[in-house]
Amino acid sequence: MKYYTYFPGCSCSSEGGARAYDWSTRAVSKVLDFELKELYDWNCCGSTPSGSVDELGAFCLATRDLALAEKAGLDMVTPCSACYVIFNRTNEYLKQYPRLKEQVDESLAAGELKYNGTVRVRHTLDIIINDIGYEAIKEKVKKPLEGLKIAPYYGCQVVRPGFGFDHPEDPQSLEKLIASIGGEATRFSLKTRCCGGSLIISEEDIALDLTHKLLESASSNGADCIVTVCPLCQTNLDAYQSHVNKKFKTDYRLPVFFFTQLMGLAFGIPENELGIKKGIVSAKKVLAKYV
Amino acid sequence: MAAETKTGTFVDEICTIPGGESIKLCIQCGTCTASCPNANKMDHTPSELIAMARAGMKKEVLSSNAMWYCLSCYMCTVRCPRGIHQTSLMHAFESLSIKEGLVHTKTVTPTMYRLFNHFCNLGVLPELWFMTRFYLATNPLRAWRMIPTAFALLKHGRLSIRSRKLSPSGSSQLKAILKKSESLGGGI
Ligand code: SF4
Ligand code: SF4
Ligand code: SF4
Ligand code: SF4
Repeated sequence: MKYYTYFPGCSCSSEGGARAYDWSTRAVSKVLDFELKELYDWNCCGSTPSGSVDELGAFCLATRDLALAEKAGLDMVTPCSACYVIFNRTNEYLKQYPRLKEQVDESLAAGELKYNGTVRVRHTLDIIINDIGYEAIKEKVKKPLEGLKIAPYYGCQVVRPGFGFDHPEDPQSLEKLIASIGGEATRFSLKTRCCGGSLIISEEDIALDLTHKLLESASSNGADCIVTVCPLCQTNLDAYQSHVNKKFKTDYRLPVFFFTQLMGLAFGIPENELGIKKGIVSAKKVLAKYV
Repeated sequence: MAAETKTGTFVDEICTIPGGESIKLCIQCGTCTASCPNANKMDHTPSELIAMARAGMKKEVLSSNAMWYCLSCYMCTVRCPRGIHQTSLMHAFESLSIKEGLVHTKTVTPTMYRLFNHFCNLGVLPELWFMTRFYLATNPLRAWRMIPTAFALLKHGRLSIRSRKLSPSGSSQLKAILKKSESLGGGI
């Protein structure tokens, strides 16, 4: 049994929009024999917007979580690509910029906390492919996703700026993961291009252009569905797919899954435990053979 | 020379921001601009912004719309042959632009970021309230147009009216930390 501290982030928290990601991650962890202990009393990591508005405050937000996690002495795992970048960047910057570290230390001391910089922060995808491994995953497959054509979408931040577990522009871990659960990864040349991120809220037109290109690329390569590793990417591709269809007069109907949901299906976990119905684009037809 | 001092001060200011010091290494090869998915939407491309900053054009840089169209996709950063953290520079331009009151008037992204920050400082981001407040603050018409999407999310159990709360001690701890950071020059 492997143990990790778990940082769900707002989107994957029990009140968040991506709780299906949280459910499926926990369900898969039981099958693969690792335990995720949720960080007690965590706060929002601050994400990119806070850093743009109030840099020191943003580093303090992230460091409070790291300091809380340090007490357990385990690697901290997050399913959110944005959280993953924020925490890793915070670790990096605290080492690199002594003046920043001083200010963050002083702020944390006001809350009687101290961070020594020892927490290793990892993405769920990283621990699943590297600590658990494709072979162990294969062994647990009960219902291989034979014939399911899956577009592997990484998005940006799980691979960039790059904290080490896969190539920043041409990663392969999702393709291998899909193969190990019996599915077929389609070609997807835009797999690490941005989906529009949080600009979907403030500059919808610009973000929809980007989302449109991704849907186009996935569907022209014959994908039945898209798999994602980040709650924001999933929301953009899924909840805004109808906006794309309206704006570009297209008719995409590509269900967008979290990779843990597809793993769960292959492991024979019932779909309601994986939150499959939480998808806005219905997965009924595409999954008819597999659930 | 006056112009030189001015150049010095703006570049120096950028260099004090973590990640900003790399601006001096740029060779204007344009790789960042060629890699940027939103370069065509920006009034100045990423590499232009660097050249302008180095020429001391502080006001022009900080009132540009460019950084507000930055997606933090880090494509420029991983491709730059000089190892420049272009994404960090974009973030630095954003925070300086807010500090100096030079925010581009036609973009609503700064409002979204500020509101986002407001909720993050409370410890959690309640998505429904965040979206509602943002649309009402910037474009009430869009709040109407978003209703079908919000409804679909609600129906699928993906928007909560309730939001997660920190424990009372956690929340006062967070407040104390942020208050201190403000006294050290953070905050808005
Ligand atoms: S990045 Fe997003 S989900 Fe992650 S904690 Fe921050 S705001 Fe919440
Ligand atoms: S936009 Fe999508 S792909 Fe780009 S940074 Fe984020 S969530 Fe990631
Ligand atoms: S890629 Fe790097 S060196 Fe080239 S213009 Fe952009 S920042 Fe300058
Ligand atoms: S991080 Fe920003 S500036 Fe760099 S390529 Fe992406 S959108 Fe363009």
